[in-house]
Amino acid sequence: MMDIGLGHYLAVAAIMFSIGVFGIFVNRKNVIVILMSVELILLSVNINFVTFSTYLNDLGGQVFALFVLTVAAAEAAVGLAILVVYFRNRGNIAVADINLMKG
Amino acid sequence: MELAVLLPAIAFYVFAGAAIAFAFGVVAARNPVRSVLFLIMTFFSAAGLFVLLGAEFLAMILVMVYVGAVAVLFLFVVMMLDIDFVEMKQGFADYLPLGGLLAFVLTVELIVLGASWSISGKAEELRQAPITEGQDNLQAFSAVLYTDYAFFLEAAGLVLLVAMIGAIVLTNFHKKGVKRQNIPAQVARRAEDGVELVDVKPGQGI
Repeated sequence: MMDIGLGHYLAVAAIMFSIGVFGIFVNRKNVIVILMSVELILLSVNINFVTFSTYLNDLGGQVFALFVLTVAAAEAAVGLAILVVYFRNRGNIAVADINLMKG
Repeated sequence: MELAVLLPAIAFYVFAGAAIAFAFGVVAARNPVRSVLFLIMTFFSAAGLFVLLGAEFLAMILVMVYVGAVAVLFLFVVMMLDIDFVEMKQGFADYLPLGGLLAFVLTVELIVLGASWSISGKAEELRQAPITEGQDNLQAFSAVLYTDYAFFLEAAGLVLLVAMIGAIVLTNFHKKGVKRQNIPAQVARRAEDGVELVDVKPGQGI
């Protein structure tokens, strides 16, 4: 219990990933919270990468976590920009109504 | 038990518990502004976990990039958009059973997977960038980042550039009917274009 190992960190990442998925499910009307849930999921992935990096003594995992961070930042920027444009056009951000691109 | 043994464990449980509690706050908060603040705290706690894991550089980057940039961006957008927060939360209870069940199953699956994990014997020789003893994290990290992963670093920079251009192109829009300064037209203007001499005959208009 007091000896913290690989499994403990993996469990934290697993719970955080599930919370992220749960957030996407329950916040069906709010795109902002869905984007934040995606950030949580990416964070849990990063925790996994860093954990394995430490326990396998390989820096590759940390370098990859840095790139995941980069992509997460880019995704947040573009996602929020799309959100602002959508709000400007429609006056709301209800996810259920986003069907402009449906043929 | 000795404090030196106990302390890392206590630190782990504090950071892990805080990270999970704040993460739940992100998805459960009524007000998106609170969600963003919970997100910031989640990233702080995760940075603590990274420090415990020995990835100090990544922990600091996490605080800088997420708290300093991404969370503030979220905060700006949340406060800029005029949204009815009460309406946003509707449907929370409808999806709660399904979402809760799914999250529970997913957690159990992932934990079982993690618990049954064992490191392969070949893992040692398959390492891409082995950590040498006695080197601190930042030194070791930058040693591989700017040599072995230099191309990927530049590609990541390109991703950020494209994202920046995309965000600007998306949000930049011109209102019709607003007169703006057109600098190229001003610079290209010559005296011949600006003045026109008209010979007006008496008794006639132009």
